[in-house]
Amino acid sequence: MLAAIGVDSVAELFAQVPEPLRLDRPLALPEGMSEAEVYERLAELAARNADCEEQVCFLGAGMYDHYVPAIVDAITQRSEFLTPYTPYQPEISQGGLQAMFEFQTAMSELTALPVATAGLYEGPSSVASAAYLAIGATRGRRRFVVSRGVHPHSRETLETYAVGFGAEVEEAPLADGLTDAAALAAAVDDETAAVLLQSPNFLGSVEDVEALGAAAKRHGALLVVAVDPMTLGVLRPPGECGADIALGEGQPLGNRLDFGGPSFGFFCGAEELIRKLPGRIAGETDDVDGRRGFVLALQTREQHIRREKATHNICTAQALNALAATIHLAWLGREGYRELGELLLRRTAYARERLAAVPGVEPLHGAPVAREFALRLGAPVERVLERCAERGIAAGYPLGREYPEHEDGLLIAITERRTRAQIDDLAEALGAAIQAEAGDLVANSATKSPEGVR
Amino acid sequence: MNQRDEGVLTIYERSKPGRRAAVLPDAEVPEPPLQELIPAKLLRTEPPRLPEVAEPEIVRHYNRLSRRNFDLDTGFYPLGSCTMKHNPRLNERVAALPGHARLHPAQDPRRAQGALELMWLLQESLAEICGLPHVSLQPSAGSHGELAGLLLTRAFHADRGEARTKVLAPDTSHGTNPASVTMAGYEIVKVATDERGGVEMDDLRAKVDDEVACLMLTNPNTLGLFDENIAEIAALIHEAGGTLYYDGANLNAVMGHSRPGDMGFDIVHVNLHKSFSQPHGGGGPGAGPIAVSQRIEPFLPRPQVVRRPKQGGEPPWREHHDLTNLRPEQGEASYVFDLDHDRPKSIGRLRGFQGNFGVFVRSYAYILSLGADGLAEASETAVLNANYLEARLAEGRAGKHLPVAFDRHCMHEFVLSGKPMKKDLGIATLDLAKRLLDFGFHPPTVYFPLLVDEALMVEPTETETKESLDAFAEAIDQILAEAEDDPEKAKQAPYTTPVRRLDEVKATRKPVVRQPLD
Repeated sequence: MLAAIGVDSVAELFAQVPEPLRLDRPLALPEGMSEAEVYERLAELAARNADCEEQVCFLGAGMYDHYVPAIVDAITQRSEFLTPYTPYQPEISQGGLQAMFEFQTAMSELTALPVATAGLYEGPSSVASAAYLAIGATRGRRRFVVSRGVHPHSRETLETYAVGFGAEVEEAPLADGLTDAAALAAAVDDETAAVLLQSPNFLGSVEDVEALGAAAKRHGALLVVAVDPMTLGVLRPPGECGADIALGEGQPLGNRLDFGGPSFGFFCGAEELIRKLPGRIAGETDDVDGRRGFVLALQTREQHIRREKATHNICTAQALNALAATIHLAWLGREGYRELGELLLRRTAYARERLAAVPGVEPLHGAPVAREFALRLGAPVERVLERCAERGIAAGYPLGREYPEHEDGLLIAITERRTRAQIDDLAEALGAAIQAEAGDLVANSATKSPEGVR
Repeated sequence: MNQRDEGVLTIYERSKPGRRAAVLPDAEVPEPPLQELIPAKLLRTEPPRLPEVAEPEIVRHYNRLSRRNFDLDTGFYPLGSCTMKHNPRLNERVAALPGHARLHPAQDPRRAQGALELMWLLQESLAEICGLPHVSLQPSAGSHGELAGLLLTRAFHADRGEARTKVLAPDTSHGTNPASVTMAGYEIVKVATDERGGVEMDDLRAKVDDEVACLMLTNPNTLGLFDENIAEIAALIHEAGGTLYYDGANLNAVMGHSRPGDMGFDIVHVNLHKSFSQPHGGGGPGAGPIAVSQRIEPFLPRPQVVRRPKQGGEPPWREHHDLTNLRPEQGEASYVFDLDHDRPKSIGRLRGFQGNFGVFVRSYAYILSLGADGLAEASETAVLNANYLEARLAEGRAGKHLPVAFDRHCMHEFVLSGKPMKKDLGIATLDLAKRLLDFGFHPPTVYFPLLVDEALMVEPTETETKESLDAFAEAIDQILAEAEDDPEKAKQAPYTTPVRRLDEVKATRKPVVRQPLD
């Protein structure tokens, strides 16, 4: 090969790198390992994590321990889906493109909005992307009003992006677990590009999106609603509530927890927004012989064509994760999807009632909930969580960091994997932990800080 | 009307009322009417019209679809700037371990020590490879890393009381660069390319002023050429107070040979789905971690994975972590790993939770498999393969009709121009690309970079054999020979694919982006 190139060594090919910039030592990394050794090393690391097979998981906050059917893995691990890249050559990418088209159809059905994209990175950055779209759709308005019920990660991500957009973000408060309608309405004005809501919101409450959205309509702002895709079999979809954009975290659909990613963000919109949407969109067309086929449609929105005038900078997104969702939804089917939504609602109602009956526990709010709810604990949340963890239960998500007004708050998530028996166990564990903490207080023993991390 | 044969029915068109796959657990709890749980006006009246199909038919449907895809495991995929290298299956196996796959992202850090240690080790490994002291794994892909880098630049300048307005990038840059610049609120200024394929220095000098926030550069650039003036470029930008951003899409050329930090770059994104073997998944998932210099570190996204001595106290900001002898038990014994949210100057979050952890597992397994020498050898072989294929294509018909755009040794990829082919044979680069499909190859990236007419950008990667490179060169020669006789053959191609050329104009003019349902 060197002879064909006309050089004596590979080093000659690197001569174009100026000498002072060549690394004159090996990288300070370990030597290569055999496959078996790498497996053992990674397995050792994995063993030091308390996963959902080791603990009973009531953690949610946007990502949930749902059962992923076996066919999702079987299909997404096929080379033909796993190893190609973006379908720039549609003639040899019909499988991936059609899967995108089916994904878009599913998301459009779930949200009851006519147009869906092939997906973005994950939930929170999709919220920021919707805000970016809203600037263009409102001819340059640069103000967003966001409910405090929107996921804290989404609000933080929006704040981060807004600096680049030169936009300001105003937060509307919550009252008894729901967005304060009067405060929201007062915050929206004629400079507002978008009103951003989430339902169920971060505290689990189902919002009256239509009523809240009236403020956006009045001032010509876009109504953007983040939704949980596992609840739309039973909850009124955003498209029927006046949403211009519906989006959300896609993990519950066919994707593993994976310590937070990769998952995907779904993004659906009203018809008139179709040329402003971010990312890939598959569209149906014909080939020269009149056969049905699929292509990347509306590419003139995208960075590889429009560069600085693109609607978004996204390129590689989460195609395989969206495929997993498509398969999961086909597996659930029309009836199964609705049944799962009902199951979540009923088990959640049971859990909320059961846990609220535990001495030292009360509901944090009285709003209706779908699959997640917040409690107020009569003992330090971190200590209670630690005691439950010792019994093999990840009891929930502590609200204190992101909602200092709910220092005593605990968010509990339900999936179809959380059985009645597990919910009852949680009730017992919470009760015992609170009682023990109260005993500690009575005995005036100092609260021990957990070992290790501060 | 288009024909709807069995192969192209959608899952919705296979739906029959009453069929299903899922069996769900019993409720086990009281089942009151939903209206007793949720006010009726907040309930859905008609469920979404998802397909009704049994499991065997779902499996067949998606298997049929899969056969309508070409993929890297089937054949050569020399898509320039995309680094379509082999995806080791070991990485899939370790990513699927329940300790990784079923770990909740909000798990208490004390009970996710293995995951945080893995992330810390990956951060340290990427820092060493990039020659920069700090890494954030948060960005979800390359373009997300670019946006992060520009927001970091903005925060860096704001911290010094400056508000700069312009970002420079060469006319050869990836489309994501200018798109990210716009999203970050800057104005893009294009810099010309000189006759050797590098940055035109006079043009750069003319455009550098105190309004310039950043220069974004890919090195080797999208022509596959290393910019020999990089030290001078870096000095120029730094003297003017700007930051230097490295688009890491082409990092596969220089791993273990040259480091962006040593070249003077402040911020680098690394595409884990390119150089570090994460499967491309038909368009993701990927990940785009960023490595940064000391002066950028205070602004890194929150939260940041950190390692602290178990006995308390803060480690010095950058002790040199020699990873060569690090054993897992050492980490466990003396350190704890944590998520640091307390970063007052941080630009904030870029996304939910901690990043695409599943991708980190695969890429860390890849780094462990190859090791220091293996990574350097991967880059050497990538450069060797590219130069060999470039030399093969400089011969004969390809040399005549498809000359290399800049005639010098390339790094890991090279760019050909189809301009003479179009003029002499009457077939365009697009025709050549479509004809390659009939020969069982994925075409190179076409019509990019923009400054080369009828461009073909070829990146073979290190995981291809000499035989596959030869076969590709021979296919190109055969297509050109065929076109000398009958250019129509290429202009009508492909012939053997599941569908032939598709009407993209129709798909954009009258977009049908979902299945209509009654």
